[in-house]
Amino acid sequence: MELGYLASTIVKMVALVAWIYGLLWGLGRKKVWQKAATLVLAFAVIQAIIWTKIGDFALFSAFDQGLLFQAITMTMVALGLNLIYGFNGQFSLAQWGFYGIGAYCAADITYRWTNGDASGLIVVGLGVILGALALAGVGRLLKMKRGVPVLSAFTFYLFALVTVGLVAVWLGSFLSPICTPLFGTPDAPGPLGSPIALQAVFFLSVIFAGAFAAEVSFLFGLPVLSLGSDYFGIATLGFAIVVKTLLVNSDTILGFKEMKGGRGMLGIPKVTTWAWAFVFLVIVIVIIRNFIRSSTGRATLAVREDEIAARAMGIDVAGNKLLSFVVGSFVAGIGGAIYAHYMGFLAPASFDFIAGFNPLIIVVFGGLGSMTGTIAAAFGWIFFLEGFLRILLGQLGTDAPSWRFVLYPIALLLLMLVRPQGLLGTVEWGFFKAEGARKRLKQALGAVQRTGAQKAGE
Amino acid sequence: MPASTIPTKAKADSLQARVAKGRRGPPLAWVGWAFLILLAVVTVTYIASKAWSNPVLFLQNLLDGLKLGFVYALIALGYTMVYGIVKLINFAHGDVFMVGAFTSFYAVSRFRLHEWPGAVFPGMPPGLSIVIGSLTVVLLSMAVCVILAVTIERVAYKPLRDAPRIAALITAIGVSFFLEFFGALPFVFSGRFIPYKAPFPTTAWYVKDGIHPIVSGTASPDNTISFSNIFLFIAAASILVQILLQFIVKRTKVGIAMRASSYDKSTARLMGINVDQIISFTFAIGSAFAGLGGVLYAIAYSSIWTQLGILPGLKAFVAAVLGGIGSIPGAFVGALIMGQAEAMTMSYISTPMRDAVAFTILIIVLLVKPTGLFGEPAQEKA
Repeated sequence: MELGYLASTIVKMVALVAWIYGLLWGLGRKKVWQKAATLVLAFAVIQAIIWTKIGDFALFSAFDQGLLFQAITMTMVALGLNLIYGFNGQFSLAQWGFYGIGAYCAADITYRWTNGDASGLIVVGLGVILGALALAGVGRLLKMKRGVPVLSAFTFYLFALVTVGLVAVWLGSFLSPICTPLFGTPDAPGPLGSPIALQAVFFLSVIFAGAFAAEVSFLFGLPVLSLGSDYFGIATLGFAIVVKTLLVNSDTILGFKEMKGGRGMLGIPKVTTWAWAFVFLVIVIVIIRNFIRSSTGRATLAVREDEIAARAMGIDVAGNKLLSFVVGSFVAGIGGAIYAHYMGFLAPASFDFIAGFNPLIIVVFGGLGSMTGTIAAAFGWIFFLEGFLRILLGQLGTDAPSWRFVLYPIALLLLMLVRPQGLLGTVEWGFFKAEGARKRLKQALGAVQRTGAQKAGE
Repeated sequence: MPASTIPTKAKADSLQARVAKGRRGPPLAWVGWAFLILLAVVTVTYIASKAWSNPVLFLQNLLDGLKLGFVYALIALGYTMVYGIVKLINFAHGDVFMVGAFTSFYAVSRFRLHEWPGAVFPGMPPGLSIVIGSLTVVLLSMAVCVILAVTIERVAYKPLRDAPRIAALITAIGVSFFLEFFGALPFVFSGRFIPYKAPFPTTAWYVKDGIHPIVSGTASPDNTISFSNIFLFIAAASILVQILLQFIVKRTKVGIAMRASSYDKSTARLMGINVDQIISFTFAIGSAFAGLGGVLYAIAYSSIWTQLGILPGLKAFVAAVLGGIGSIPGAFVGALIMGQAEAMTMSYISTPMRDAVAFTILIIVLLVKPTGLFGEPAQEKA
């Protein structure tokens, strides 16, 4: 039985990795219709596999589907972390904290919505939008004065966000009672109580959760990113620990009764379907890829390589670090929201900072600065370690699964000793590959050589 | 310095003129300071009002904070010395501390090592027997920690000495996780909380018109401060270690070599110092004190598990940063401040927020005075 399971898992894993590579290859085609066709095809293949059921035998069991959704959320989190750590060189352990923030934020919105309470959506939505405006405004004001110290800037941003938060709560207390009658009763749902409204709210909650995580990361990253590499690592670890502490006490300290603290939040609508997961996966991939391939992305790489040289090139190093940190956290927040609505249950234990090392190991394995590698590593990770190894080790004995956490650090240690740049290095594929970059480089080199030869000839 | 860069009198004058014009410092710096001062004033007023309303509780908190602080001081020494020399946050230090606690647990509860003097010399007075037995347990734990830390240093850190600092930090975190989860395996330490039995009897006293012992089984009177002999041991050990370390670093040859290596490794090597040996020695001293701290912590809080070391380790690191990393008296003062901050938070704000306070302090210190209270200005490291 194990042998059959092993074989089928390996087949599924290989097929999924092939599927991803196909998706990336198709997205990397030039014509728009080719990209669109790839998206439709990629979506349809998995959807068909999920639907295929021959008698009792499901090609893609519920367990496998769970793994697939886990792999997708892990891909998002790891892509965000790769942007922060792999591409920008900022060793962050806070990613898992932002993942948790996103999960709880989105879950709270939809939980309240399904219970006929629009306050979650209104307060978070207003807060996030006004918060973004406030941050932009304060940023504009601070730019007029050169060289404002980090602490002062942080104070301004903090007060702006706190004010905005209070305003959002105040507005929400007016607006949400207006919406309440529109929900109707469970027997006769009103316009807001319909399943379609829930889907729309789910979409908004995912976006708002990502934005909320991004704004928190902005506020946290602003002072902390200026600390320097290893202090930054420790401070982000502290952030992850504090987030978990707050989640454990979410019903007492934070005052969200429905989150139920350490007992875990139940009753989140399970809205995540393959379609939603796929849509958000593609959105995240496109965001990250376009970010890296933009001029800002090249500045990000420059900051990783040498901060002083980057500053000499006119790159705003602090701003660049902050931007990639915020984008990475945004993506992590989206991943958390997807996870929450797939699981339908959230417990603070799954946002423990020890679990936060999984995305780090994925990024290191996949290659620091390789998006292709990260995605492959995330899928391989989930299907091999979470799916296969957990079952296999579980059959060896009850204590065996705890061996996983002994093996991970050893793998990490060996990797750090042997190949600190990651297993796959910076290899990219398809959509992620900079098209023509090599050709342009060759042309440029050729031109340099020609001029050199001419000069030598003269 | 080339002669041309020495400021001439004219340049200095123009500088003075510019200062006089009012262009000093970055703009709006006062906002950040005002925020911090506001924060400090609010905190101090809050604690002062609480202290005023219940001074006995405040003093008891002070005492609890001291107890924590003295333990943190023992761990912080290892962080500060190692960081001073190799510029590495030795993340596994907290787990070495944990191993120290577990070693003493096995020595006491399984092998009854603390009873050996009574067993070998039955005529020995029981007081002396307990003292010698407990010291043996402590020394054994320290020795195990030393061996462990030096092994870690040789196996994991040494090959990465010239690698980027982040690679070394990740390695340190990996070692830390390995120790925790390897320890959690059932045939090693097991992943459960284990009640810890002290090798010596605990006595406690309360203060009310003089010091009276608390008779076990009876409650001490209301509104009294109580403390135990464990607190006295922790304080004594911590202070003794500080003095000893100060002596080693300032007066002995090894100490001079340590300071030289932390200042400039390659020059120290040219001076005939075996830097690798000195680094190993630093790890050894730091982990010996961590082992001592582990035993005392386990005795004081009487419950151990394999992830015991993470948070005390991190807080001790914050203490070392607060005091100025690389500075030994700084680590001591920083640890005492951290202990107070944590005890006050636990008592007056909320128990779970004790960890948040530690990291808030870390961030504020690094922003305001990155060198810490006693630190020397950091050197740029390539």
